[in-house]
Amino acid sequence: MTREEIIKPENLVYKKPSLMNDKAMHYCPGCSHGVVHKLIAEVIEEMGMEEKVVGVSPVGCAVFAYNYLDIDWQEAAHGRAPAVATAIKRLWPDRLVFTYQGDGDLACIGTAETIHALNRGENITIIFINNAIYGMTGGQMAPTTLIGMKTATCPYGRDVALHGYPLKVTEIAATLEGTAYVTRQAVHTVPAIRKAKKAIRKAFENSMNGKGSNLVEIVSTCNSGWKMTPQAANEWMVEHMFPFYPLGDLKDKE
Amino acid sequence: MKGNEAIAQAAIRIGVDAYFGYPITPQSEILETLAEKKPWESTGMVVLQAESEVAAINMVYGGAASGKMVMTSSSSPGVSLKQEGISYIAGAELPCLVVNVMRGGPGLGTIQPSQADYFQTVKGGGHGDYRLIALAPASVQEMADFVGLAFDLAFKYRNPAIILADGVIGQMMEKVILPEQRKRLTDEEVMARCPWATTGRTNGRRPNIITSLELDPAEMEKRNIHLQQKYAEIERNEVRFEELQCEDAEYLIVAFGSCARIAQKAMEMARAEGIRVGLLRPITLWPFPTQAIATRATQVKGILTVELNAGQMIEDVRLAVSGSVPVEHFGRLGGIVPDPDEVIAALKEKLMK
Repeated sequence: MTREEIIKPENLVYKKPSLMNDKAMHYCPGCSHGVVHKLIAEVIEEMGMEEKVVGVSPVGCAVFAYNYLDIDWQEAAHGRAPAVATAIKRLWPDRLVFTYQGDGDLACIGTAETIHALNRGENITIIFINNAIYGMTGGQMAPTTLIGMKTATCPYGRDVALHGYPLKVTEIAATLEGTAYVTRQAVHTVPAIRKAKKAIRKAFENSMNGKGSNLVEIVSTCNSGWKMTPQAANEWMVEHMFPFYPLGDLKDKE
Repeated sequence: MKGNEAIAQAAIRIGVDAYFGYPITPQSEILETLAEKKPWESTGMVVLQAESEVAAINMVYGGAASGKMVMTSSSSPGVSLKQEGISYIAGAELPCLVVNVMRGGPGLGTIQPSQADYFQTVKGGGHGDYRLIALAPASVQEMADFVGLAFDLAFKYRNPAIILADGVIGQMMEKVILPEQRKRLTDEEVMARCPWATTGRTNGRRPNIITSLELDPAEMEKRNIHLQQKYAEIERNEVRFEELQCEDAEYLIVAFGSCARIAQKAMEMARAEGIRVGLLRPITLWPFPTQAIATRATQVKGILTVELNAGQMIEDVRLAVSGSVPVEHFGRLGGIVPDPDEVIAALKEKLMK
């Protein structure tokens, strides 16, 4: 069998989604962002929404998401992506509008915008990357940093007396009347990636069907911020993050 | 009707696509009038009460980046909160309208009228080298007229515009002729007018990306130079002002907004006394009528600025005349509005002794 005989559409088992371009990503090797970007690109393509989607990127590591997915993007001020997305969706109701935000952006500086956009039932999807640390600025404490976890601004570990508790914003979102679908996923294994993709698809479909707002949290690693190898970071996430941020659907209005 | 109501009515009539706001005195009638008129049922205009001024200006950012005609309004403390968003909008070169119905500050201040946000409006407010096209209405009619003018200028130059009113203009009632009802642009017309807008990659075009971020300093300098060139063009083309009885004037009053109305009365009273006073009213606070003031400076003995602040616009007047004639300031602070008598007394005291 020659190479040409093998390269046929029916033999294709994996390809990069066409919405992902060839630019070299600035993400660290082992980071979860690349996988989530790919899932979003795949879902947009599978829904046939390439020409009708507007993404809103945050301030944080994913600020440059607009460099990697060939769709229309707006880059929002820190924490304000849900407000930005609210306006786009209300003015262009037949567009698929989503935000892509980290824990500092969504659960700290942008808590008000997040809670209120979700509670209004804006027909948008918020993709929430929770790696419990500020990656872009060099590994400072996040609202979701676990108790005892060390970062540049809690070098002796997060201390409740000093820093308060980690915020379970996804649990809060599940209590809001305006949310249609609230789920917590991960992308550390192939089955997890498949589940995360299904979750993103459901959220995007809800956004287009007027069912309300959708929050997909992806519990993620930041191996460079956590100062671990990618593999050790995945293991640490399973051991420490999942017990506090358990995976699964928190709310599904279906 | 009230100035605030005129803003709302004009916005519906000229086909504004969305208003995002948060209640604050003395401008809440703008949102209240829109809510009462229900334009979403007539023109399709979106009206949304946001969770904060911060959210409202970022909704404006989102809507403006998608090519639509969007606006917000607030009063001084709320406009302070919007400054981050305004800087982003200026940096990303998006057209929109911000209305500031000024009240006295600093801090929570007072709900009474003020013009103490002049510096904030024309000298920056937010971070970075940017400019807002700033229109200062002096009547309810101008409140109505400037909504359309502000959007025309904003879209012409892809730049945020601001209507800088004050509590007097917002709250006072005058007769007004509203603009003709226009249809909102269709989505296709929006995409044709704003090929840069994030509307989805329609017909397979290249992605549109709206951002104010550029980490390469050489590229960021280019962007800044481009902005400065645009601002220079606006300064050449868009200066607006009104002159009253300046031809034979020995003394010139420079005042904007509500103060120009008070100064006009003071001018008439002074002329009845035989003092030849003229009034120059900047309509655009940026671009500022520098040349017009410099020209009048050659004929007058002195210039008095009248402002509801401690002396802000006076700096631009002094820069305009470059020391050629005395320039003095008269202002009341903290929400006090002066009588024309006080203006005449200040003129005599500061310039005629």
